[in-house]
Amino acid sequence: MERGNRYSRRPTDIYFYATCLVDLFCPEAGMDAISLIEREGVTVHFPEDQTCCGQPAYTSGFADEARAVALTQMQLFPNDWPVIIPSGSCAGIMRHHYPKLFADDPPLKAQAEALAERVFELSEFLLNVLKVQWQDTGPPTTVTLHTSCAARREMGTHEHARALLAQLPNVNVALQAHESECCGFGGTFSLKHPSISSAMAGDKADALKETGAEAFISADCGCMMNINQTLQKRGDAFQGKHLASFLCARLANSGEKA
Amino acid sequence: MNTVQENTQALKFIPASEFKNRTTEAVSDQHLRQSFRGAMDFLMAKRAAQFPDLAAFEAQRGLAEHIRKYSLSRLPDLLEQLERTLTANGIQVHWAENAEQANALIVGIARKHAAKLMVKGKSMVSEETELNHAMAAAGIEALESDMGEYIVQLNGEKPSHIIMPAIHKTKVQIAKLFAEKVPGANYTESVDELIGIGRAVLREKFMTAEIGLSGVNFAVAETGTLCLVENEGNGRMCTTVPNVHIAITGIEKVVEKLEHVPPLFGLLTRSATGQAITTYFNMISRPRQPGEKDGPQEVHLVLLDNGRTQAYADEQMRATLQCIRCGACMNHCPVYTRIGGHAYGTTYPGPIGEIISPHLMGLAATHALPTASTLCGACDEVCPVKIPIPDLLIRLRGEATHDPRPGHAPLVGQGAAKSTLMNIVWAGWAALYTRPALYRAFGWLATRFRFLTPPVQSGWTVSRTPMKPASRTLHELVARRRSGR
Amino acid sequence: MSARDNILRRLHSAPQGKPVLPPDVNGFYATVRSRAPTEDRAQRIERFCEKMAFWRGEVVRVTRGNWAATLQALCVSKQVNTLLYGTQSPYAAALEASGIKGLKPYDRPVDEWKTGLFRDIDAGFTSTRGGIAETGTLIVWPDAHQPRLMSLVPPIHFALLDADQIHDTLFDAMSAQGWSDPSSPMPSNALLISGPSKTADIQITLAYGAHGPKELVVLLLVNEEEL
Repeated sequence: MERGNRYSRRPTDIYFYATCLVDLFCPEAGMDAISLIEREGVTVHFPEDQTCCGQPAYTSGFADEARAVALTQMQLFPNDWPVIIPSGSCAGIMRHHYPKLFADDPPLKAQAEALAERVFELSEFLLNVLKVQWQDTGPPTTVTLHTSCAARREMGTHEHARALLAQLPNVNVALQAHESECCGFGGTFSLKHPSISSAMAGDKADALKETGAEAFISADCGCMMNINQTLQKRGDAFQGKHLASFLCARLANSGEKA
Repeated sequence: MNTVQENTQALKFIPASEFKNRTTEAVSDQHLRQSFRGAMDFLMAKRAAQFPDLAAFEAQRGLAEHIRKYSLSRLPDLLEQLERTLTANGIQVHWAENAEQANALIVGIARKHAAKLMVKGKSMVSEETELNHAMAAAGIEALESDMGEYIVQLNGEKPSHIIMPAIHKTKVQIAKLFAEKVPGANYTESVDELIGIGRAVLREKFMTAEIGLSGVNFAVAETGTLCLVENEGNGRMCTTVPNVHIAITGIEKVVEKLEHVPPLFGLLTRSATGQAITTYFNMISRPRQPGEKDGPQEVHLVLLDNGRTQAYADEQMRATLQCIRCGACMNHCPVYTRIGGHAYGTTYPGPIGEIISPHLMGLAATHALPTASTLCGACDEVCPVKIPIPDLLIRLRGEATHDPRPGHAPLVGQGAAKSTLMNIVWAGWAALYTRPALYRAFGWLATRFRFLTPPVQSGWTVSRTPMKPASRTLHELVARRRSGR
Repeated sequence: MSARDNILRRLHSAPQGKPVLPPDVNGFYATVRSRAPTEDRAQRIERFCEKMAFWRGEVVRVTRGNWAATLQALCVSKQVNTLLYGTQSPYAAALEASGIKGLKPYDRPVDEWKTGLFRDIDAGFTSTRGGIAETGTLIVWPDAHQPRLMSLVPPIHFALLDADQIHDTLFDAMSAQGWSDPSSPMPSNALLISGPSKTADIQITLAYGAHGPKELVVLLLVNEEEL
C-alpha cells in the first residue's frame, strides 16, 4: 500500500510502542509523546505486554533470539490502528526489518508486512497523519537537532522533526557540522568498540555544542543518552532533550488545538 | 637503484585478530584523525557536488545496480564468453583459485621473459595476492608506479585507501621520504616538484621494465575488452611500453556488453573522487598487431577467485560482488574516518572491506571487522551499485557467531567468534523480553535498585557517565496515570 | 581439475535465484535525453570547450584551411623543437607542408628508439575519432599509423578534433560510432582522454603532468563562422 494513502486516514485510536530504552531510561519522554498525541484528540493505547523490538539481538547477528522477541511484539496490536514509536531506530526495525526477519516464513512475513504499514515514527505521525498545527508559547531559543541514523535513513525523521520545529516561530534551529554523521552509539557497537564509539560521541558532542545552541534535540533515546552522558562525563552542562519533551514544553500553555 | 626492493622487507602484515588494539591506537593518534577527517570531508563534498539531483542519482544507481546484478546472474557464462573473445583477440587468459596460484602464474610469465623489472599500475587485486612479495622472492623487482602506491611502497607500507593509497601521509612526510630514499632528490615541499621527482624516476623504469602489470575496472565479454580507469597515465605506461602486459582481476568484474560500461564508469569516477570522468579511460582489446609500432607483444589476463565464489554461492552475500571499488563507502564511513585504512589490517578497508574480507581471508581472521560498524547506513546511501552493506554486516555477524544455517555450506571460518557466554547472554535476553510479566518485574527491580547501578560499565563508561535507570518505568507511569493515582 | 574448471563448477552450482532481465541502457539514456534541454551545435561545442577547459585542456578553434598553420605557430610559441607525427595518417601531408620545424615521423617500432621517444620528443600530434560534450573528452583511436604512445609519452599532446564528431555522452558516441559492431572490431587500444595527465595523491593537491603529457592542446576544427 502507498504510504501516502496511509497519511490520508486520521485515526481515532493508536497503539503507543515506547521501546525498551524509553521504558527504563527516558520514561518522561514517553509520557510527553503520549501527551502530544492525546492533545490532538486521539486515544492512546499502551499495550502492557510490550518489551523490546528485538533490535539488539538482530543487529548482533542473533536472528533466532530477535525473531522470538519480535514475534511476541507482533501480537500486541490486534486492531487496525497505527503503531506510534518515539524512536526512529526502533520504528525502522519494525517497518523495514521485521519483514526481512520472517522472510522464510510466508504467513509471518505477511503479518510483519501488514504491521510495517501501520508503524510510524512519532514526528512523522504528528506531521503527516495528524497534521498538527501548533502555537509556540515558549520564549525565543536556539536549539540544534541530532537525528539518529536509522531515523534519518529509514524513516526520514530529520525532515519531519525539522518541519515540526519550523512551526515554532520562537525556536531557531542551528545546523551543526557533519550534521548527518552518526553519534557512535550503534547499540552493542558502543560496548564492542568503545574507543571508536567514544571518539565519535566526542566529536558529535563538540559539533552540537559548537552551534551555540541552548540544547540539542533528538528523537532517539539511544543517541541522546550517548551524547548526554558523554557531556556529563566531561562535566559539561550542555544537554539534549527528547523531541517529544521539548515540543510538550513549548506547547504547555497553548490550547488543546491551535 | 634498488631502494624500493630493500624497503619491502619493512612491510609487515598486521593480523586482523588484533583489530581492536589497533583501532584504539588509531583513534588516539590526533594527527591521523585530522588528516583523515580533512581528506574525507573533501571527498564527500566533491562527490556531493556531482549528484545535485537525488532523483537522478537514484535512477542512475538503479541502472548500475541492475547491470551488476544482471552480470552476476550470468557470471559463469560471461566469464566463458570473455575467455573466448579475449582468446580470439590474442589475449591469453589464465585462471587462479587463490593468491598463490595467481602469483605463480605471474612469476612464471615473468621468468619466461627473463624479466628483472615489473612496473605496476594500480591494482588492488595484486595487493590482495601480495604479488610484490612473490616477485621479490623470485628475484624480480615489482615497482608501483601510481604516485600514491609508489609513495607507500617507498615507505614500506600498504595503501590506506583503495583510491588514494597515500592519503594518510602529509606532503612534509613525503618530502622527507623522497629526500631520504630517492637518490639525487633534493628536499622540497612543493607538490609539483615532488610529483616531478616521481615522474622522472618512474619514466626511467617504464623504459626498462620487461613486464607491465595492471588491474581491470571492467572486462567486456562481448568485445573482449579490458577497461582501465586512471588519471596519471602510469596505467597506460604499464599497459603500453613494456613488451608484456599482465592484467589481473577478480572474476566479478565482467560485464556482458560495452554499452554496460558507461553507466558504471560514470558513477565510479563521480562516487570515488567527485570527477565527472578521469583523465584516461583505457580500453585494451588485443596485443600489438602486425604493422603496429607500439603496445605489448603479449597480453595476459589472470582471473582470480580467492574466495569470491564463496560470496557468490549465497544469494544474499552475492551482492558483495556488485562492488566497482569506488571507495565512496569508506569516504562516508564515520568509523573509517576515525581509524584510517591501516587499522583494518586488510587489503580493502572500510565498509566494503568488512563485507568482502571474510570471503577472501576467512572469518577466523576477520570476524571482528563486521562488528566495527554502527550500521549507520551512510555507506548504503552512497553506494553507486546499491550493495546493502548494513544487512550484509548483520549477516556476517551471525555467521561468525553461529553454525551454518540448515542447508547452507559453512563459510571459511564459520562460527569463529562463537562464544558460550554470548549464547547464554542472548538466550537470557530473549527469555526476558519474551516474558512480559518477567520483563515488568525486571523493570520494577531495576528502578527500585537504581542506586546499585555500577559506576563502571565496560566500555560505556570509558567516556560516559553510567547508564542509570529512571526512578519508575514508563509501564508504571502509564499504569499510575490510568488508575488516576 | 584445473583452476578454471573448479571456479566455473562452483559458479555453476550456486543457486540461480530469480532471473535478471537485461538492463535497458538505451531506454535509460533516451529518457535522460528527453528530459534534457535541447541544444544546438554551437551550444554543444561550447559545452565541450568548457568541460575540456575544466580539465585544463587548451582548446584552439581552427578551420580546415588554417589548422596546420595554427599548429606551426603553437609549436613556435611553446618552443616545441620536435613534433612526433604519424607518417601515413590523412593529416601527414598538411603537416609536412606546414613548415613546422623538427617534425619527427613515428615510422618504426618503439623497441628501436624507446630512449629517443622518452627523452627527445617535445610534443606529439594525433587525430581523434570524436569528442564527448558531457565530460570534455577526446576519443582517440590509435592504429598502425598513429601509435598509442604518441598521446602519452611526449610532454605536449596536440589533438585534432572535428566539431562534427562531438557527441553528447559516451553512450551516444559508442552507439553512433558502432564500437561493438563485430564488423569493425575495437582497436588494440582505444582511449578516452580528458585533459593532461594529473594526480592528487599527495595530500589531495592537484598536480599536472604526473606520468603522461603536461599539456593537452585540442585543435578544434570548426566552420569559418564558428571561429
